[in-house]
Amino acid sequence: MSPLDRIANVSILKQHDVHKLYKLEKKPARSSSDQLCFLLRPRLASVRLVAELINADKAAGRARKYKIIFSPQKFYTCELVLEEEGIYGDVTWDEWSFSLLPLDNDIISMELPEFFRDYFLEGDQRWINTVAQALQLMNSLFGPFTETYGIGRCAKMVHELWRDKAEESEVDNMDRKPEIGHVFLIDRDVDYVTALCSQVVYEGLVDDTFRIKCGSVDFGPDVTSSDRSIKVLLNSQDKVFSEIRNEHFSNVFGLLSQKARNLQAQYDRRRGMDIKQMKNFVSQELKGLKQEHRLLSLHIGACESIMKKKTRQDFQELLKTEHALLEGFDIRESINFIEEHIDRQVTPIESLRILCLLSITENGLSPKDYRSLKTQYMQSYGPEHLLTFHNLKYLGLLTEQVSGETLTAMENKVSKLVTDKAAEKLSDAFSSLARKNNFRAISKKLGLIPRGNGEYDLKVPLDMAYVFSGAYVPLSCKIMEQVLERRGWLGLEEVARLLGGHEFVTAAEEPRSPASQQVILAVFLGGCTFSEVAALRFLGRERGLRFIILTTAITNSARLLES
Amino acid sequence: MNRTKGDEEEYWNSSKFKAFTFDDEDDELSQLKESKRAVNSLRDFVDDEDDDDLERVNWSGEPVGRRTRPGSFQSLSDALSDVPPKSYAPELGRPKGEYRDYSNDWSPSDTVRRLRKGKVCSLERFRSLQDKLQLLEEAVSMHDGNVITAVLIFLKRTLSKEILFRELEVRQVALRHLIHFLKEIGDQKLLLDLFRFLDRTEELALSHYREHLNIQDPEKRKEFLKTCIGLPFSAEDSAHIQDHYTLLERQIIIEANDRHLESAGQTEIFRKHPRKASILNMPLVTTLFYSCFYHYTEAEGTFSSPVNLKKTFKIPDKQYVLTALAARAKLRAWHDVDALFTTKNWLGYTKKRAPIGFHRVVEILHKNSAPVQILQEYINLVEDVDTKLNLATKFKCHDVVIDTCRDLKDRQQLLAYRSKVDKGSAEEEKIDAILNSSQIRWKN
Repeated sequence: MSPLDRIANVSILKQHDVHKLYKLEKKPARSSSDQLCFLLRPRLASVRLVAELINADKAAGRARKYKIIFSPQKFYTCELVLEEEGIYGDVTWDEWSFSLLPLDNDIISMELPEFFRDYFLEGDQRWINTVAQALQLMNSLFGPFTETYGIGRCAKMVHELWRDKAEESEVDNMDRKPEIGHVFLIDRDVDYVTALCSQVVYEGLVDDTFRIKCGSVDFGPDVTSSDRSIKVLLNSQDKVFSEIRNEHFSNVFGLLSQKARNLQAQYDRRRGMDIKQMKNFVSQELKGLKQEHRLLSLHIGACESIMKKKTRQDFQELLKTEHALLEGFDIRESINFIEEHIDRQVTPIESLRILCLLSITENGLSPKDYRSLKTQYMQSYGPEHLLTFHNLKYLGLLTEQVSGETLTAMENKVSKLVTDKAAEKLSDAFSSLARKNNFRAISKKLGLIPRGNGEYDLKVPLDMAYVFSGAYVPLSCKIMEQVLERRGWLGLEEVARLLGGHEFVTAAEEPRSPASQQVILAVFLGGCTFSEVAALRFLGRERGLRFIILTTAITNSARLLES
Repeated sequence: MNRTKGDEEEYWNSSKFKAFTFDDEDDELSQLKESKRAVNSLRDFVDDEDDDDLERVNWSGEPVGRRTRPGSFQSLSDALSDVPPKSYAPELGRPKGEYRDYSNDWSPSDTVRRLRKGKVCSLERFRSLQDKLQLLEEAVSMHDGNVITAVLIFLKRTLSKEILFRELEVRQVALRHLIHFLKEIGDQKLLLDLFRFLDRTEELALSHYREHLNIQDPEKRKEFLKTCIGLPFSAEDSAHIQDHYTLLERQIIIEANDRHLESAGQTEIFRKHPRKASILNMPLVTTLFYSCFYHYTEAEGTFSSPVNLKKTFKIPDKQYVLTALAARAKLRAWHDVDALFTTKNWLGYTKKRAPIGFHRVVEILHKNSAPVQILQEYINLVEDVDTKLNLATKFKCHDVVIDTCRDLKDRQQLLAYRSKVDKGSAEEEKIDAILNSSQIRWKN
């Protein structure tokens, strides 16, 4: 419902004769209207609810007109359910291809959180078309894209599908001056590590702590120091926010207090004013100042709340362990920490998160550790997590170290069963099983752990590592940086191989206009975290480029694992 | 129809919205249209293929008139009147001269393309296995999961499951889509059959096990879990399932018993700390906590005693002590806490040991507002001096700080700490006494 809020809220809908807005639930809709319109995501559960409702109506003898609008598109499985439930003829349906929601000046989200689970876990490629369509839309509005880069299986598929669509489409904008020059497609599973790390830039922390939904966040009473909770829209329009959002948390407080002082100074100015100036002040500036004041207090409250939560949860320790994992020493210590974390039943997602981080950075856990930690986790958080562990194993997020022989043996056995085409895909799959965990090698090659002498200055950061307190440069961003620099994958073949291949470049023949060079569309398939956003913004500032980020959803470690 | 073959060919092959070039057949034009419409609507009862003619009108809000499927009856007139004014757009890739029957004849790749655009497309035409497989291949190469699933829905309906499984075994992408589809639609039976066919025993077991989440009633769930025990899990997973079953069994017994006790109102512990939630389906550690809270003193023989739980589920010492400590500390039962850590060695002397590190113990005690004396006692047991000092300072255990500083011979720190204690307090006096003592050789 939230994306709808961003476009047309209840009052506007009411203006268009909408009587009342209901949320689709199991209860019957008590309404006297004759027409019911359902705005749904194409999920089977929702369709079944609608069917129940309509069938209940039928049983009660009510005849109404029903219309279902699927957003962003309809799936054939939904049609099947409509047919099965016997209401196919009773409803008319439509599609509302609302796929791109701009969350800010440089973030566009497709609001498809289910993308991650559907594609990476279940292997269902249903959303690829949606993404390709969105890409085509961008292409026709802002393109044509001169160069596309990408890495990852999904990226490749989206790219191919999009190329198909672009050729089919009749939009001819070849001679237009493109606003977006390059496109970079990247799969989430190329870089799980970044998504799993705790975020320490302000925006990321707010997301981790309070959950930003669709660009707005609910601040509870402990933040607003009043009895109400407020929903706040967080984007660059909020001046205070736009200044602090990309900053490392340690800076934020300093900046906020600085701002508070400025604000105070501005308020104080009025002491020296005469009537005319005062009038001016009140009519023009006071409102802005008051606004800033309100926002400032809100953000300070949020900061306090975050700090309270984090100190309670031993955040420092957690960060220390994370950094140790990223750099690859003190592994035993880290394992002990994780064990304690699980034993104390802190939070299921946190424990899982850091477990996965351990597994990825270390190429899988030793069988003994895996067994013991798994047992402990299930004892602390419930035996049904047996299923969770299997899912994670499949994704490659939490694995056991397999000896090389077992892998090839498996490969051989299975390849006997399949045709050649599939065998290729299988060996792909197997190498992807093995590759996700080459973190150390990749990290060395790309220099992800900055070797700093002395203190890393977080106030004036030198590179993107500041988003993780100087401990680690986000892999995804680093790849983008390198590829864009070299205009291709030259010299990065080793890295690409370690990441599982499927990299590609397409270059364009026409001369590129310099302006478009500067704008790059980064497409994250499977979600993008705020830390990555901050890192890319930083990179943009450094290189004089502008990144526009298109993502299937904004995510963080919690969302990733919950799904 | 009394038309020549040539006319028919031309008629069917020409695009509908181009004006007829047979100038002398203006009358026939309307006749043709009439009969065409009649044929079209007749066809509706036979098969659905004329839906291609309707371009879905998206934004105008006109309802998409859905033709009835064969089998559900709608009168002919309805079908005729259902035809809304259409806006035709040029149809792409229309095969000329390649028709086999009245229908529009799309090749597999064209069909797949149309499906991707969301256009209605009947797949009934693809009857031979070869055609079906080709359709599937096209769908897979198009990468759109929605289309792949649509094709699979059709194949599932028109192929026997053995053939379907056999063909999908070698097509990984399509196979994954089918599995997901079956999961979504809830066709558990077919899904399990599929896993059995593919010899994916572990997934079979997991899928079956997953069902337990849908069972709300605890007894039924317990019975279901029992059936899961024999499933082909890996060895350790089997043990986990067994544990799950045993745990739920125990929980049901404890729950029934405790509810009875609570309502009887005789037991003190339940009166003082009424239960906030049922113990059913809680994780093992939570169950242990509960048992340490409410049934600490019970002998090993009962189902609800902590010791029994520890033994049955082989809970490691560390975890056990941690949980028991948390429970007893919450109840402020300091003696019990003491007893947890006290062991008698063979000489008969008691000693305090803990498998979890005393700093943790202190933290938990502090969280439960333990009195300072208790805290002090345990802080003193912390081995690492720095940690000891930190904790003592954090929790304001003055005596420990003072003693430690004295032991470290750290005068500066002691002086610094002096300013933190209350004026005129016993601690201050103590500090002063130590500072003035001539026996201590201070470091600084």
